[in-house]
Amino acid sequence: MSTQVFYFVATLSIIFSLMVIFAKNPIHSVLYLILTFFTFTVHYVLLNAQFLAVVNFIVYMGAIMVLFLFVLMLLNLNKDTEPAKSPLIKIIGVIAGGCLVVTLIGSLKSASITSPLILKNQELGLVENLGKELFGPFLLPFELSSLLLLAAMVGAVLLSKRDEVEA
Amino acid sequence: MENLTTQLQGVPLNHYIWLSAIIFTIGVIGVLTRRNAIVIFMSVELMLNAVNLLLTAFSVHSNDPSGQVFVFFIMALAAAEVAVGLSIIVMVYRNTKSIDINVLNRLKW
Repeated sequence: MSTQVFYFVATLSIIFSLMVIFAKNPIHSVLYLILTFFTFTVHYVLLNAQFLAVVNFIVYMGAIMVLFLFVLMLLNLNKDTEPAKSPLIKIIGVIAGGCLVVTLIGSLKSASITSPLILKNQELGLVENLGKELFGPFLLPFELSSLLLLAAMVGAVLLSKRDEVEA
Repeated sequence: MENLTTQLQGVPLNHYIWLSAIIFTIGVIGVLTRRNAIVIFMSVELMLNAVNLLLTAFSVHSNDPSGQVFVFFIMALAAAEVAVGLSIIVMVYRNTKSIDINVLNRLKW
């Protein structure tokens, strides 16, 4: 029972993320991506990173995925509008990815960090602990990220605004 | 809850590394093989999430909350990136009536 849950959820995340890139219909891709993010939330809960689990659930599955779905519906895309890529490119892409994963895993095998992951401090990922960290040593980056979000908001509004001349 | 999570631990760290490497690679394959700009964007999100999971695993491993704070910043950055990127895609669609990225190859010149 102990570690089986991790392997089950890991298999699910790999299957769903494969479905994301191989689904023909972009809407199905978004829905599979939501499932993938849900499995990631489960991973965070297993690591007892409860703050990140909640943030991942709300920000990724709530906000970002709704934005994706909204844009897909707005542009009215379905599988008929999906441009076909030649099978050669697909095969080359899959081979390149396979080489990447073999290289990554092969090079990390020599590092062999096989020590089991055990939470030493139960409070590590809780809101209280992370809040103290966030508003202590990481206060400046935290405030700067608000500036980043403001800039992104202004940029998004400016970019998607229609030209006055056109309207 | 704490009983449950302590019971569930004990997965070797390199299995987290493998999982993240595989999901990152799936994202790379998606970027390389798809031509729909939105699906490419989703593959980038997959890569960001693989890195997030690995940062969290290492944070738990070394008992250091900085890793999880960093994941929080990556999530804020991803939200900003998605907002700007999707509005760029909407504008490209408005001008070219397509989100095929090969239409944009004239940006090369």
